[in-house]
Amino acid sequence: MLTNRSKQVVKKEMTIMEKAYLPAIFSGMLITFKHIFMKKATVRYPEQVREFAPVYRGQHVLKRDEAGAERCTACGLCAVACPAEAITMVADERKKGEENLYREEKYASTYEINMLRCIFCGLCEEACPKEAIFLTDRIVPSTFERNEFVYGKDKLVEPIDQRVDVTKRQTPAVLEFKKDKKHKHNRTFLDKVLKPSNKH
Amino acid sequence: MSLTQYIFWFLSFLALMSSLMVVFTKNAVYSVLSLIITFFAIAGHYLLLNAQFLAAVHIIVYAGAIMVLFLYVIMMLNQNKDAEPNKHPYLMIISVIAGGLLMLTLVGTIKGAELPGSTIVDAQVGTIEKLGQVLFTDFLLPFEVSSILFLAAMVGAVYLSKNKLQS
Amino acid sequence: MDPLLFKAILVVAVFGITLIVALYSTFGERKIAAVMQDRVGPNRAGPFGLLQPLADGIKMFMKQELIPSVSNKWLFIVGPCIAMLTACMTGVVIPWGGSLTFGDQVFELQIADLNIGILYLFGVVSLGVYGIMIGGWASNNKFSLIGAIRASSQMISYEIAMGMAIIALVMSTGTLSLKEIVMQQDAGLANIVYQPLGFLIFLVCAFAETNRAPFDLPECETELIGGYHTEYSSLKLGFYLFAEYINMFISSAVIVSFYFGGYNFPFQHELGLDGNLLTIVQTLVFFGKIFCFVFFFMWVRWTIPRFRYDQLMHLGWKVLLPLALFNIFATGMVMWGMGKL
Repeated sequence: MLTNRSKQVVKKEMTIMEKAYLPAIFSGMLITFKHIFMKKATVRYPEQVREFAPVYRGQHVLKRDEAGAERCTACGLCAVACPAEAITMVADERKKGEENLYREEKYASTYEINMLRCIFCGLCEEACPKEAIFLTDRIVPSTFERNEFVYGKDKLVEPIDQRVDVTKRQTPAVLEFKKDKKHKHNRTFLDKVLKPSNKH
Repeated sequence: MSLTQYIFWFLSFLALMSSLMVVFTKNAVYSVLSLIITFFAIAGHYLLLNAQFLAAVHIIVYAGAIMVLFLYVIMMLNQNKDAEPNKHPYLMIISVIAGGLLMLTLVGTIKGAELPGSTIVDAQVGTIEKLGQVLFTDFLLPFEVSSILFLAAMVGAVYLSKNKLQS
Repeated sequence: MDPLLFKAILVVAVFGITLIVALYSTFGERKIAAVMQDRVGPNRAGPFGLLQPLADGIKMFMKQELIPSVSNKWLFIVGPCIAMLTACMTGVVIPWGGSLTFGDQVFELQIADLNIGILYLFGVVSLGVYGIMIGGWASNNKFSLIGAIRASSQMISYEIAMGMAIIALVMSTGTLSLKEIVMQQDAGLANIVYQPLGFLIFLVCAFAETNRAPFDLPECETELIGGYHTEYSSLKLGFYLFAEYINMFISSAVIVSFYFGGYNFPFQHELGLDGNLLTIVQTLVFFGKIFCFVFFFMWVRWTIPRFRYDQLMHLGWKVLLPLALFNIFATGMVMWGMGKL
């Protein structure tokens, strides 16, 4: 027994009042009549947006660092972690002069998430060692074509001038981890200039 | 011709055509529907005769109840070609003879009958008040006897259906 | 004004009002369903969603017309037409108000004061089943056929109890004319006082005759997809749905005329209104009463779950019919006791 609300069902002959049905019908109609004046549960959507949970997992974003370089290094851990096999990527080497575009020597030349396969579980985000991929509170818009649901880098990477806020997804534990400058990927461009890395 | 006459001719034409359709259509559902149209035409005749009660009851009872049951039964039956019973030649001959005899009788009766000249009767003769008065004074016994007949039929129907359930 | 012209105007007006009321009943149905389920309901088309029925109507027109290739095409089209026709025909005998006086001419706000008005009403209602039966059979679909058969047996069963309830009413009023019945209720009390049991039986039967919940077995979605209109689309489906709402409106009008004083209201002659103004107020009161019953129809629909088929038949034949017979007997005894016979 999960709750204590279960009732023993007894099959017995109905009394005359019960057989007449009308009292039961009237009490039922009274209930529905009361509901006319009750508070409505409807959220009038376009004007009124339902509050998102802080842990809401919506459309992904590929983050850039403070200098505007893509954080993703095409390690493929997200693709491995993905239970729906929605993520594919092609790695490429960073050329000279692209340092401001890509943070590491290796980067993803293509990065695709199939939004029809994706179950928005957030395992990619958990697997990412570079804090490159986050799930945001944006909703994947609907379209008429299936292939439009395969999101490439054009839709996933955040534009430099329109950063996507992921502070809700960056829990205190994550932020604490970020302060640890022992890890190379936690060092910003400024850190590198001021304090060149030493082996550990 | 007056409007009443036009309506009379139209209704008569409708009644005859639809009753012919009842006989000649292959599809039983069409037959039933044509029969309903016939009843409507006859109800129209009743109205022309100022017998409104009769017309209304005719529609309610025949078109509204009996024909619905007819239609109900015919819809339930699956009318396949193979379900049709074999038409034995004897059967056809017998039915032709029977039909011919009925026609002879009808023709004889109609030929022998005298059409009384149209007499002006009370315009209220068909109304419900007059009908009720006549039914419950002059025709009280036949009225009650017919209601007993209906009761007997009802009891019989209940008995037959109950009997089937038990076996 | 020519009396015939007035009749023509009245016919058009009654027809138009019936259609508009039916149109907005669909809207009301959705709104009432919504508020009873703690929702808002249609509120996008126009202010408060008031243009929603218009949008629904346009949608019905624009939808693709499908006639199943295996259906009986002619009867398939005739079915919804009969349903609509019989639904619209019932409004003829209902007295919508008193009389209007223009100059020295008096016009009754009733299309036809038949002295067999109740029988006419009953006849037309009994024909309503053909629309459903023909449509259901012509669709050549087993769900449609089952829906049609259910509809016909349900309507025939409840017609009997309904007729018996009306007979008791006719006994106490002594007339078959609706106008007369309404006039009597002006002079005396409303018939509900004399015929409470008859009213109850009539009300339940009205629900069954209009195929409204809890008696909407002919179209119960959970078992029969759409019942008799499973195969219908576009405007023909619209006709069926519309006929149901017209039936609801007309049966509300009939219930009000029979048992709730029709267009009369208490103390109407003490208000000191002159003839035409009083008639207009009476008509408005009549519509107010009708809308109360339309609301009641919807209220019941969104409260009571559907009957099972054997329960339906049990209620019709073993409860309502004996009750109606008892009602006739009791009415006769009371009238005899009061020396009215």
